[in-house]
Amino acid sequence: MSDVLAYPVLAARAARLSLRTVDALFTALLLPVMIMLLFVYLFGGAIQTGDTPYVVYALPGVLVLCTAYGASMTAPAVTSDMTAGIIDRFRSMDVGGRALLAGHITAGAVRNLASVVLVVGAALLIGFRGDGGALGWLAALGVLIAFIVALSALSAAVGLLARSVEAAGGFTFAVLFLPYPSSAFVPVETMPGWLRGFAEHQPCTPVIEAVRALLTGAPAGSAPWIALTWCGGIFTASLALGSWLFHRRTR
Amino acid sequence: MTHTPAIETAALGKSFGAVRVLGDITLTVPAGGVFALLGPNGSGKTTLVRVLSTLTRPDAGTARVLGHDVVSERRALRARISLTGQYAALDELQTGTENLAMMGRLRGLGRTAARRRADELLERFDLTGAARRRVLTYSGGMRRRLDIAASLVTPPDLLFLDEPTTGLDPRSRHTMWDMVTDLTRAGVTVFLTTQYLEEADRLADRIALLDGGRVAAEGTADQLKARVSTGRLDLVLDGPAAFADALRALGDRAVHIDSEHATLGVTTTGGAAEIRALLDELDPDRTAVRAFTVRPTTLDDVFFALTGRAQEATRV
Repeated sequence: MSDVLAYPVLAARAARLSLRTVDALFTALLLPVMIMLLFVYLFGGAIQTGDTPYVVYALPGVLVLCTAYGASMTAPAVTSDMTAGIIDRFRSMDVGGRALLAGHITAGAVRNLASVVLVVGAALLIGFRGDGGALGWLAALGVLIAFIVALSALSAAVGLLARSVEAAGGFTFAVLFLPYPSSAFVPVETMPGWLRGFAEHQPCTPVIEAVRALLTGAPAGSAPWIALTWCGGIFTASLALGSWLFHRRTR
Repeated sequence: MTHTPAIETAALGKSFGAVRVLGDITLTVPAGGVFALLGPNGSGKTTLVRVLSTLTRPDAGTARVLGHDVVSERRALRARISLTGQYAALDELQTGTENLAMMGRLRGLGRTAARRRADELLERFDLTGAARRRVLTYSGGMRRRLDIAASLVTPPDLLFLDEPTTGLDPRSRHTMWDMVTDLTRAGVTVFLTTQYLEEADRLADRIALLDGGRVAAEGTADQLKARVSTGRLDLVLDGPAAFADALRALGDRAVHIDSEHATLGVTTTGGAAEIRALLDELDPDRTAVRAFTVRPTTLDDVFFALTGRAQEATRV
């Protein structure tokens, strides 16, 4: 079975499986909305973001947080396949690792886009307004998709590395914290120097800056290009790592 | 009819780290029928199945399955074999139909054909009633049946079954045996592993005993039994005088002496000619021996004699 033919079958499978993991799906879709409401109403009043209303400031961060979290759920899904008998059946049917991983990454991306729609919808309801125009919003969506695909690929590689589903779940937790030390929820200038250095140069920051600028119509500068470079790099490195790990695990 | 053996290995070996799991396996499995690989836990059965079904690469020797080398020609081989492993290779969150239709699609069937084949197999394996239920809700026996059905979405020439009846209740075990017999009638060669002697005796045309990663013995059940004479013939003599005469005649051959019941035991293969000759020798007038009983050689005896692992083997 060629990977090209197996891929759509496995993507549909991964989508079906994630639709049926009800608790995880519920968390993936609703947690981001909850986090946004939490930040806007609980902390938002205390965080100074200049003339920008806090919901406008925080939305890109929430989007990155929720997509990063959603993408990280690919890790336990991959580990679950690798540690169960099903991988043997797939391999004995000559279904390759590439098709299996691409299926998981695709299903993860679709799931994440659903949660992006929910979060943006909720943000519009509580007063988010952006002047980026259709083109800006499309560009913002493009950057987010690149981020989702890159992190899903990284998650798939982590899923291949983990020896148990629980261990892979730990990655989900780690990813949930990555967006905090960035410009997601508080301006980077308010952080202590040492943290600021990290926050300014970690991959979440250019993604957030790019999405924020593109949604609001502010000048984006080089942020989208830096964001896409990061995503491309993470994606390429993850694919190489993933394919190496897959061969190692299935020797 | 082809005369190519289904499986041919030469000095096949596999180590995991410092542990030599398979050492020097040289085995020929003829095409057609059932071949059973019998061995205790940890004897290397699963590893051998994984090597032969292309999932694990051997690190010594060669193996050709259906004429294809398991390493260099694994892609061609994978199209002709199916494997049902020890643990169900199914998605618990998908229904029976969805699992089988997915396997069909991955075997290259179109959407409609895959669906039709799934319905056929569910019917054949008595799972139609559960077709729309998630596998999560299936019993162990139902999972095993669905798992085997998944191996048959496109009919293989050779089917590997790794411990197909471990953990099944007696009824499901018999259903499984009938299923294996049906498959061989349809021309599929079945290579199965088992730790149950009764299963090997009942199903297999040929048996290999695997012990510590080596083939301890190989042949038909009868050939294996003939290698070990642990069957016993007990003779009940007609009174103390006949007992004393018989004991004198047998000498060292008597392995069991019970004067209270006037009974003497000798080892036997259980063959009729052997028993008849012994009776003629001891009792030419046909008056001294009143009765006899034979405890025939079982595969258990072969197994224990050849592996020396009585404690670890599982008796059915």
